[in-house]
Amino acid sequence: MIYFDNASSTKPDPEVVKEMSDFALEFYAIPSSIFSHSLGQAVQDKIQEARDYIANKLGVSGNEIVFTSSGTESNNLAIKGFAYANKNKGKHIVTSKIEHISVTESVKRLEREGFEVTYVGVDKQGFINLNELKDSLRDDTILVTVQLANHEVGTIQNLKEISKLVKEKGIALHIDGAVAIPYTKLNLKETGIDLLTISPHKFYGPKGIGILYVKSGTKIEKLLDGGFNEFNLRAGHENTPAIIGAKKAFELWDDSFVTHLREIKIYLYERLLKEIPDVELNGTLDNSLPHILNVTFKYIEGESIALRLDFEGVGVTTGSACYSRNLQASHVLLAMGKSHEDSHGSIRFSLSKYNTKEEIDYTIEKLKEIVDDLRRISPLLGGK
Amino acid sequence: MPIPYTKLVIEHFKNPHNVGEIPDADVKVTEGSPACGDMITLYLKIDPETKKIVDVKFKSYGCASNIATASIITDLVKGKTVEEAKNITWKDAAEALGGLPPVKVHCSVLAADALHSAVELYLEKNGLVREKEPTTVDKVYERLSHVMNPETGIDIVKSRIVKSVIVNSGVVEIVLGIGENSQFADNIKEEILERLQYLWDVKEIKVIFKE
Repeated sequence: MIYFDNASSTKPDPEVVKEMSDFALEFYAIPSSIFSHSLGQAVQDKIQEARDYIANKLGVSGNEIVFTSSGTESNNLAIKGFAYANKNKGKHIVTSKIEHISVTESVKRLEREGFEVTYVGVDKQGFINLNELKDSLRDDTILVTVQLANHEVGTIQNLKEISKLVKEKGIALHIDGAVAIPYTKLNLKETGIDLLTISPHKFYGPKGIGILYVKSGTKIEKLLDGGFNEFNLRAGHENTPAIIGAKKAFELWDDSFVTHLREIKIYLYERLLKEIPDVELNGTLDNSLPHILNVTFKYIEGESIALRLDFEGVGVTTGSACYSRNLQASHVLLAMGKSHEDSHGSIRFSLSKYNTKEEIDYTIEKLKEIVDDLRRISPLLGGK
Repeated sequence: MPIPYTKLVIEHFKNPHNVGEIPDADVKVTEGSPACGDMITLYLKIDPETKKIVDVKFKSYGCASNIATASIITDLVKGKTVEEAKNITWKDAAEALGGLPPVKVHCSVLAADALHSAVELYLEKNGLVREKEPTTVDKVYERLSHVMNPETGIDIVKSRIVKSVIVNSGVVEIVLGIGENSQFADNIKEEILERLQYLWDVKEIKVIFKE
């Protein structure tokens, strides 16, 4: 399989898997700092080491790092946990129209529970409209939650400007960095972010683990009741092997990955543009993640393209309604002002450090045939 | 595989039968639209004496199930009379394909719809249909029974999503027992409008969500 769905999940680095496996077999006790046997204490030490290591990478302190089960859980805990703990200060939340479903569904639940939510629009390239954001902030706004970069088109938000607007007003800021970190750099201290979601399986780490940075002093309410794990913010036994795997993923991250990814992404884009007619970029090449490329093949439908590519051993995703469980076209592309047709014909290629130019060459050859075939039977071309 | 299609669906999707256009077709219809994600143009050539479909071609903008259903339905109608063709349903097509995933019923219905519209249009064109009848509650229910709940593949009448229908001097009011924010609300509303908006005496359609 030529795997171009790395924005969904990456293949874990073999070294990550090895460490996790060794750890799982040896350090199986629950982490306990006091009142425990020595194995529990040893596990606690290992987890603390991982927590401190990750914190150090982010330039923050270990007691600001909370381990959850996923990026989705981190987003839920950040948004709902913050809203519940701070509702006495106000009940207004601001987000954007192109967020991940775990953010959108979290704020929708809060809406049903009596909070008010403003959904700020984006421009054609997927950048949050800063004037609209500014105008949306009110005296009773308690939280702004936006993503660092978009999971479908890769557009990286202007975080400096966003945080300036939000922090000036003394409003808390949650950033969903699930798809963006560590592909793009972020200075937590400088930007004044209060909450940050990180998802290690997006960068060769394990699944089943999410990270939530909670700035010291930020009040959030726990959503999962039970024990006092994770600073009493998230009950339940930590996924300890995955924490070790997450630490390893951070250790193995190398900024040269970004160079490689950007190079093969541009190579892919240029060949598409040159060799297949009527291909349009969704998003932007500037200020975009190095590994996400989203294009529309005009006049044809994305599920058909994705399926035909799958038959040829190439895995991609599409923003087409036909591909989604709810039969809705991508809300991201529609918010960017794309038509339903353009959304239906969109394909996302998301690359990894394992991908090569040869894989792209093969994909282009197959795509030429597929697009040609599908256009031949498409009624939209009117016999063209 | 992103969606569990049968081998036959994939065969028809990869190599669809009867693709193309008939320049001197007796009837040509287009169903669906790019906005709703699927669109089919169907061409029929009909023998005026025997009323048999002598040639059929289609073009499709759509997903695999749409293309595969159109392919098999064109196989099924070839050589049939228009009356026989009228009775071919998406169910027949789905069965001939060895089944379709419930979530995909929506996309496959289009090919059957196109066939039925084409036959209706042919009959209309040739003065073979009765006079226009006023739209009744029963008629609206009949049309609604073609609107699928994408989650289950069961239509919204049978699955009791439709709570009430009122028809009053050109205004059709339909109450649905699902929330406005439910996963398929927009999709179902769009389908309802498509099914009813072309009835000759319908001026306005109100779809009301009441959970």
